[in-house]
Amino acid sequence: MEYVIIIISAIFVNNIVLAQFLGICPFLGVSTKTETAIGMGASVLFVMTLSTIVTFLIQQYILVPLNLAYLQTISYILVIAALVQMLEIILKKVSPPLYQALGIYLPLITTNCAVLGVAILVIKKDFNLTESVVFAVATAIGFILALVIFSGIREQLALADVPKKMKGIPIALVTAGILALAFMGFAGLV
Amino acid sequence: MNQLNNLTKGIIKENPLLVLLLGTCPALAVTSSAINGLGMGLATTFVLFMSNVFISLVKGFIPDKVRIPSFIVVIASFVTIVDLLMQAYTPGLSKQLGIFIPLIVVNCIVLGRAEAFAAKNNAFSSFIDGLGMGLGFTMALVLIGGIREILGAGSIFGFKFIPEGADGILVFILAPGAFITLGFLIAILKKTNK
Repeated sequence: MEYVIIIISAIFVNNIVLAQFLGICPFLGVSTKTETAIGMGASVLFVMTLSTIVTFLIQQYILVPLNLAYLQTISYILVIAALVQMLEIILKKVSPPLYQALGIYLPLITTNCAVLGVAILVIKKDFNLTESVVFAVATAIGFILALVIFSGIREQLALADVPKKMKGIPIALVTAGILALAFMGFAGLV
Repeated sequence: MNQLNNLTKGIIKENPLLVLLLGTCPALAVTSSAINGLGMGLATTFVLFMSNVFISLVKGFIPDKVRIPSFIVVIASFVTIVDLLMQAYTPGLSKQLGIFIPLIVVNCIVLGRAEAFAAKNNAFSSFIDGLGMGLGFTMALVLIGGIREILGAGSIFGFKFIPEGADGILVFILAPGAFITLGFLIAILKKTNK
């Protein structure tokens, strides 16, 4: 039951993009086409889950026992950067088709604040390892959901008659605002 | 003259948030009031000019290939310093800004300026550049925070100016208001900047 609450809360109620404002850059950057949105979303799901597991273990077994918790930010960002790099190399060797599909999105993920954000959030929320993994996967699914819905809207928006100065990013942001308003309807679900 | 240009370009012409669209996450997340925007902006400014100066001083010693990871370590160190200082001296603000202080590490403005400016210029120019960019970012945050606070809570910097019992337009303090305010601000700047 606890896991169900974590999942629903992470996907709908506290959606990572629309309620917590993490990962806005890729949300605005790669959401012009549904296809690229799915590619980006899948890469984030992959990296977010892996990095959360690794950073959680580092926190539990290295930083806390050695009283080095203040090194959290530095060690996490290094772990994520190294992990993304490693993943790129492994994917290239093991599964070229997957590498082809995710390749261009992987380097962008290092600076996706959602990944570092989730790694820090699970420590702040005092989750155990299973809860952390569930939270990371659910958060990534929430990210994909927001990205796919938004890219669908933007494909339509490209055809709409928008005032010249509002074209592009401004109208996208206003649309995102309305989408966020819709997601607020989920508040109180858990 | 050149230094003055370095200082002012970040404020209006190349405003990191409103023109270059960098650092949108903290800009949306922490601007529910003007004072939060100010705190976040100043913390980012500190990290920006400290890392700019440090990177321009050590740029000769860093091999080109490991440039980006080294920059990230430098930036992460200064972010940790800011985080610890804020926890010690402004615990209230530190709680309000939450995880967005450690997340200054992944704010594209900081790495962007390190790569685009500090890696090519001397320490003093880099300091001025970091300061200008930081102030531009801070001003944008305070502007967004101010607009959202005025419309959403009927107050500015915590001083309430609407009568007791009246409410603001709540949606502007909540998530949707952040997106909408930033969207209109960028459109307005596009119009005036052409």
